[in-house]
Amino acid sequence: MDIYREEILEHWQNPQNYGVISHADLVVNQINPLCGDEVTFYFKISRVSHPRGVKAHPGGVPAKGKSAMIRDVSFTGSGCAISTASASILSEEIRGKSVESVGKLTGQDVLSLIGGPVAPARLKCAFLALEAIRKLKVEN
Amino acid sequence: MNIQKIRNDFPILKRKINGKLLAYLDNAATSQKPKQVIDMLSHYYSKHNANVHRGIHTLSVEATEELELARKKVADFVGVSDPSEIVFVRNATEAINLVAYAWGRLNIEKGDEIVLTVAEHHSNFVVWQQLAMENGAVLKIVPIDENGEVDQEAFKEALTKKTKLVTFCHVSNVLGTINPVEKLVSIVKGQWSNVIILIDGAQAVPHVPVDIPRIGCDFYVFTGHKMLGPTGIGVLWGKREILEEMPPFLFGGEMISKVRLDNSTWNELPWKFEAGTPNIAGAIGLGAAVDYLSKIGMENVRAHEIELTEYAISRLSGIQDIRILGQKDSKKRGGVISFNVGNIHAHDVASILDSEGIAIRSGHHCAQPLMEFLGISSAARASSYVYNNFEEIDRLVEGVMKVKKTFKINSKHEIHV
Repeated sequence: MDIYREEILEHWQNPQNYGVISHADLVVNQINPLCGDEVTFYFKISRVSHPRGVKAHPGGVPAKGKSAMIRDVSFTGSGCAISTASASILSEEIRGKSVESVGKLTGQDVLSLIGGPVAPARLKCAFLALEAIRKLKVEN
Repeated sequence: MNIQKIRNDFPILKRKINGKLLAYLDNAATSQKPKQVIDMLSHYYSKHNANVHRGIHTLSVEATEELELARKKVADFVGVSDPSEIVFVRNATEAINLVAYAWGRLNIEKGDEIVLTVAEHHSNFVVWQQLAMENGAVLKIVPIDENGEVDQEAFKEALTKKTKLVTFCHVSNVLGTINPVEKLVSIVKGQWSNVIILIDGAQAVPHVPVDIPRIGCDFYVFTGHKMLGPTGIGVLWGKREILEEMPPFLFGGEMISKVRLDNSTWNELPWKFEAGTPNIAGAIGLGAAVDYLSKIGMENVRAHEIELTEYAISRLSGIQDIRILGQKDSKKRGGVISFNVGNIHAHDVASILDSEGIAIRSGHHCAQPLMEFLGISSAARASSYVYNNFEEIDRLVEGVMKVKKTFKINSKHEIHV
């Protein structure tokens, strides 16, 4: 199984950003219906005028007002190596990014990040964290 | 019993998975099919296919005869003398739902109690949970002991004059525990003879000799695809007097006696519960599966299972960091072995075994209440059947060693097994 590479196992053993942010601004949760495994993401959100390298609106129109940025992120949950590593790697990826850009992350992005390939039966494991993060909505 | 001869009857066992010969150990999910069953389906569709029961033409008569012969074979297989007590349904889940809808909704009222065990498959748990929520009945959940057996003291205590239905599995799909069903039935009936008992035999009928009337329950359900038969065919057995009292579950063709503009009357048993064109080929295929198992002899099927399970448990127990769930005595359990390896998730175990061509199941096994009760989120499950051999158990053990190696679980004190 190519997926069980050193890097994945390292994230499984020592997941990054693992834990609860006690005064989180937002908490989202996702269950993998396949196995009942669960992941919870905690976010600290801040508003900035010009998010680095991210346009607040597609089409290049500059944002009026402020954009929501992920200042801090953590996660908890028990899962398999693939879902844990995926959550760990994603949490590193999205820290400091705008909520809007995170909303555009695709399954392919996740597979590139964790360095696939993932067997079809395990895609739900790989995408569990992404499904959770996609629930992130910040009201302007 | 010649296992190699049996294996030759199963074409799929020659398949290679990820370059390795398939070792199929997911039989609690579904069994493989011998060529006798596969050929029977082909034979039926090639020679006898027609709709049943109402046709005058030759093919229809033949198809009807074949279907009813299958019913007779299935009845004989589980010791039932009256084939009209055998209702063909899609699977065990549908059989349980049929009882809940047709019997439960009429007989279980607000404040009545339904007693079941924490080890039930979702199919025998969610159905009753939802019925209880709908009509205000109370669900009483009996725990199991450290061997995975029903806690008989708690079981006795759960029974009251408000109990309407008691239900439990014959063999657990996670722990493999063989429940002492006759004893449990006598505990219930000895004190409360009017209480109705439903037994989920989905994991039992394929593996152990079952004589339903001897058990003394009122309903018994099982499914064809776990006992070498096709998918989409299952069985509800019920006592004739109870089935006769029950209204139909589904309405339509086949299940009627007479239809008038303002009312209808129902067909006789078992057809009252078989609305619409049934799974004729499936039933006939199940008949062929029953013939196959009968030819081997269920005593022999069970004896082989005990041998394999004993070997598997002894070999797996020799691996450090492995935790086998449930009963260790192979004579008290079926061929279902659930386990966890260190803190490795069962899905990872299953993926690595798959890379070796070994098919097992992982997850909660549709028994989340049980997993919660055991304090685990998932388990790996290897389950054998009549065609599995010792070599496949050796490969399972080697596969588990590969899992440990991949995840770098140190085994300095590994016992060589």
